[in-house]
Amino acid sequence: MFGLSAKDTRFLLIVVFLTLATPILLQPFPETSSLAQFNAGYPDLMQKFAIFGIFAIGFNILFGLTGYLSFGHAAFLGVGSYTVVWMYKLLGYNVLPGLVLAVIISALFALLIGFISLRRSGIYFSILTLAFAQMSYNLAYSVLTPITNGETGLQVYSNDPQILMGENSPTSPHLFGLVMRDSVQVDVGGWLFTFNIGYYFCAIIAILAFYISLRIFRSPFGMMLRAIKTNQTRMNYTGLNSRPYTLAAFVISGMYAGLAGGLLASMDPLAGAERMQWTASGEVVLMTILGGAGTLMGPVLGAGFIKYCENIFSKINDGVLHGWFAFMPDGLEDFVIALIHPFVGKGWHLTLGILFMLVVIFLPGGLVEGGQRLARLFRRKRKAGGPSRKDPEHRPNPEPHVAE
Amino acid sequence: MEAIILQILNGLDKGSAYALIALGLTLIFGTLGVVNFAHGALFMIGAFCAVIMQRLLGLSFEMVDETKTDFLGNPLKVQVPYVESWFGPELGGAIINWSVPLGIALAIPVMIVLGFVMERGLIKHFYKRPHADQILVTFGLAIVLQEIIKYFFGANPIQTGAPDMLSGSFDFGTMLGFDPNVIIYPLWRLVYFLFALFIIAGVFAFLQFTTFGMVVRAGMADRETVGLLGIDIDRRFTIMFGLAAAVAGLAGVMYTPILAPNYHMGMDFLVLSFVVVVVGGMGSLPGAVAAGFLLGILQSFASMNEIKSIIPGIDQVIIYLVAIVILLTRPRGLMGRKGVMED
Amino acid sequence: MTNSNLTRRGVLKTGAVTGAGLALPTIFTSRASAFTNEPTGSTVKFGFNVPQTGPYAEEGLDELRAQELAVEHLNGMGDGGMLQTFSSKALDGTGILGKKVEFVTGDTQTKSDAARASAKSMIEKDGVVMINGGSSSGVAVAVQGLCQEAGIIFMAGLTHSNDTTGKDRKANGFRHFFNAYMSGAALAPVLEKAYGTERRAYHLTADYTWGYTQQESIQASTEALGWQTVNNVLTPVGAGDFSSYITPVLQSGADVLILNHYGGDMVNSLTQAVQFGLRDKQVNGKNFEIVVPLYSELMAEGAGANIKGVYGSMNWNWQLQDPGTKAFVKSFGEKYGRPPSNSAHTCYVQTLLYADAVARAGSFNPCAVVEALEDFDFDGMGNGPTTYRGADHQCFKDVLVMKGAENPTTQFDVLEIVEVTPRAQVEYAPDHPMFGGAEASLGECNDGA
Repeated sequence: MFGLSAKDTRFLLIVVFLTLATPILLQPFPETSSLAQFNAGYPDLMQKFAIFGIFAIGFNILFGLTGYLSFGHAAFLGVGSYTVVWMYKLLGYNVLPGLVLAVIISALFALLIGFISLRRSGIYFSILTLAFAQMSYNLAYSVLTPITNGETGLQVYSNDPQILMGENSPTSPHLFGLVMRDSVQVDVGGWLFTFNIGYYFCAIIAILAFYISLRIFRSPFGMMLRAIKTNQTRMNYTGLNSRPYTLAAFVISGMYAGLAGGLLASMDPLAGAERMQWTASGEVVLMTILGGAGTLMGPVLGAGFIKYCENIFSKINDGVLHGWFAFMPDGLEDFVIALIHPFVGKGWHLTLGILFMLVVIFLPGGLVEGGQRLARLFRRKRKAGGPSRKDPEHRPNPEPHVAE
Repeated sequence: MEAIILQILNGLDKGSAYALIALGLTLIFGTLGVVNFAHGALFMIGAFCAVIMQRLLGLSFEMVDETKTDFLGNPLKVQVPYVESWFGPELGGAIINWSVPLGIALAIPVMIVLGFVMERGLIKHFYKRPHADQILVTFGLAIVLQEIIKYFFGANPIQTGAPDMLSGSFDFGTMLGFDPNVIIYPLWRLVYFLFALFIIAGVFAFLQFTTFGMVVRAGMADRETVGLLGIDIDRRFTIMFGLAAAVAGLAGVMYTPILAPNYHMGMDFLVLSFVVVVVGGMGSLPGAVAAGFLLGILQSFASMNEIKSIIPGIDQVIIYLVAIVILLTRPRGLMGRKGVMED
Repeated sequence: MTNSNLTRRGVLKTGAVTGAGLALPTIFTSRASAFTNEPTGSTVKFGFNVPQTGPYAEEGLDELRAQELAVEHLNGMGDGGMLQTFSSKALDGTGILGKKVEFVTGDTQTKSDAARASAKSMIEKDGVVMINGGSSSGVAVAVQGLCQEAGIIFMAGLTHSNDTTGKDRKANGFRHFFNAYMSGAALAPVLEKAYGTERRAYHLTADYTWGYTQQESIQASTEALGWQTVNNVLTPVGAGDFSSYITPVLQSGADVLILNHYGGDMVNSLTQAVQFGLRDKQVNGKNFEIVVPLYSELMAEGAGANIKGVYGSMNWNWQLQDPGTKAFVKSFGEKYGRPPSNSAHTCYVQTLLYADAVARAGSFNPCAVVEALEDFDFDGMGNGPTTYRGADHQCFKDVLVMKGAENPTTQFDVLEIVEVTPRAQVEYAPDHPMFGGAEASLGECNDGA
């Protein structure tokens, strides 16, 4: 189905199901329970999951397949956002023209940067992309303030032209009248589920993005990209020019990033310059590695993981902690809270840093490998003593990175 | 003319910091093949060694001064440092005043131990892992280190001044035959520049003229062969990691009077130092130093009003612009070797 | 499909009751409530959105302390703080309109994106009726815009740019803190007295929107004194080393350096300017001077001895001697062992002002609150008689001119009050060109219904 093998179709259907059911799955605790703090099923965060999922999927097409580590993908994210907000300012709040243009402009931008940066490989390539992105950020933050509104972020003002705005058009981002901010809330027992139009809009685009990425992974083009990662020199010896392929991968992943940036602005009509900063580029690198570079699902998991930490852990303050541990005797309660305190609220960065280290130390393949190990554990139990080879694919041992 | 000399001086100073950080980064990369994203954090911890020294020397007991009141109207508790009560206010005060240079004494052991622990405890396990994993784990470590510092020292910049004797400025212009009051330069910046030269020379001499250095250089060139010769290169590489950490730390300690340390200063320097290393050429020590000074000086020139008025915002992007131009004209940076970090 | 953007609490309550009452889960969609996040239970939730990571984390922490204290006082715990001295007596320490006040906290990271994400989660997930806090103008403008769209009230924290209540003003947003124009207007007479009218000023300005408005304001008011502006140089935010911007100052023939920097940039540029010996110099026969238009005590602490004798301005300082200030400093100091900063003060006052407006309006409806706050005159909050101007939602009150103390006794009195500039001197018309001119408008108040 959809030009996929049976296994991939099943995989895709699972992803579709998970994506569509997210508002329910992320709301595991009833509202009144003290663990409701961990619920993530509110529109903004779900939208972020989908959008950064798209961003990471796109990044993975470049990094996971070709091995080219770009440290400047946030620039495309920013370009996408600015394009969409400018379309709001000029045309009106319908997201469609902005999104289409965001993809086109980020593709052009990626073509330019990719064409120059791909003349080098390895860390030289990384630094070139980093340099372009940082230049974009620095200029957007300061000199380009007339275009980007600098630190404050680009937003729509009441005196903007908005030539396509009708009398009754919604005054926030919408798709032909479907307002992104609107939600339907359903209450089941103590559980409250929010079905947000914006989320579903992002989710459908995310599924499409995932499907396209799946097709790319399985296509001859994807095979070619993987060949580049494995041994580019050998590729060149066979008479193939690898540059057009890498450039195509770069532009595609730039388009994904532009789309993600455009969607960010579609959910929330503001584009800030920090979206282009190196930390934002670094974030998508971390998402991809954390989830499992080169795997289909990994980057999405990584994106969800980081956004969850950022939004949920940072909101746990001492008051919340006292609420949780109120059942303990006073002395013990204070002790436990003192123990947890450095890791939540203003210390959420610490938690994130520790989790990065733990994942990469114990799960070299990222979160996806964690999942696979779990699955293998169950399977092995079922098979009971079946042959378990450590390296079923006979991969060559990686070269040591010392003294190259 | 004076303006240009001044900007060269500024550039040399900025360049010293860049060069020292890039030097340590290159030592680690060249010997161990590890991309160390925690190197900025090491610089930051070095800077906090000065703060810790200041706090240690300033350790005080409280004495209630009945004549004064605090903000709540209670009698004021005056903090009297132990050092001052032991050595008398004058000598004690002088010792506290010198806490930044004295911080060096603290920084060297702290940084070497930290380097050893990092290498043996963590980095060692990542030699055979892809660079992406190294980046992730050292980035995680950097966050952890800076959050620990934030936990103890807060997020505000902490003023750690140079000793009074070195905190003034001097008239550099008169020495060169200019009018007085034209080229004024802070003493401490000159101290920093000389200190950086001293450290850089020390590292090069160490690698060039000692047996240890020779083995390490051989190991950098071909680790396997050195290992086959029966030399325990691992132990030496651990020591090199400690040395690199110490260089970063010393760069940090001495930089505190110029830049009040705060917990995220490491991240601010991280990207920049990577650009410096790459512009210099991966794995090349002289390249790292040269690129550090080059970028420092160019950045200073780009900040000149005359240049800013022609190209607004050039001072914000000059480093990256130079990096792009150099990488496009010289594929492996200024002095990089072929095949290093190109896959 | 029901349009029920961003509501939650109403449904939650009914749902819980129904769910408990019936054995089978009941499914129904929510009806739009009267306004966004209308509190229906026995509690009402505030959102405190402050920087907890990044360079302004310490300021955010101080804001959070003050906000917690304000909630305590609203709920009748502690000694009541400024509630005792506040001229309006609508609050009685039993919460607001009989509802106990609760709060959630979030991290702005001093980035507009992150701040909006955090604010959104407070609105969508926690159901807050008001958001307060922040330590930068970019964040304030971004969150203010969000609150306007969502239909809740934004009580700005530390934000000093003219834009917040200028071209970016919003009907649902209110600023108690003073602004760049006021800094300039308050500083000018003091600078004239101290340094005369024949001065040549050199500006170093942080290269972002706050810097631009700060520079524009101080240039206008010093030029009105007869000062000349030699040059205005934009410096990158977070530059760290400002040496290459400082060295040209002496050659320019300027005799005053104005540092339009804040936070870490201010600490570094001021320290380095002093290191370059600027303050020991004589130019044009006058002593070279440095001015820092916006002070904050936390950052002044970071600059150490370098700020001695340097003039700047502040919204409020704990050393004031009016009863409101004394009451606040006492309850804050006893709880946290340190005097409050001016960002803490503004957040504390904003929280009380919001609560009071609700109590006077008799409703949490944002539009009713807006009406109650507009052109509201009050006193006893530490700044003397104050008005929330209806035309732009900016507070008008006295402004403090500060100077770095020569002999500070503790880390808390590194700044001393030089003058309390009366309010009349810092007032301006709502359509002042620096504030968006005639085009700027608050728009309609939005209650989200």
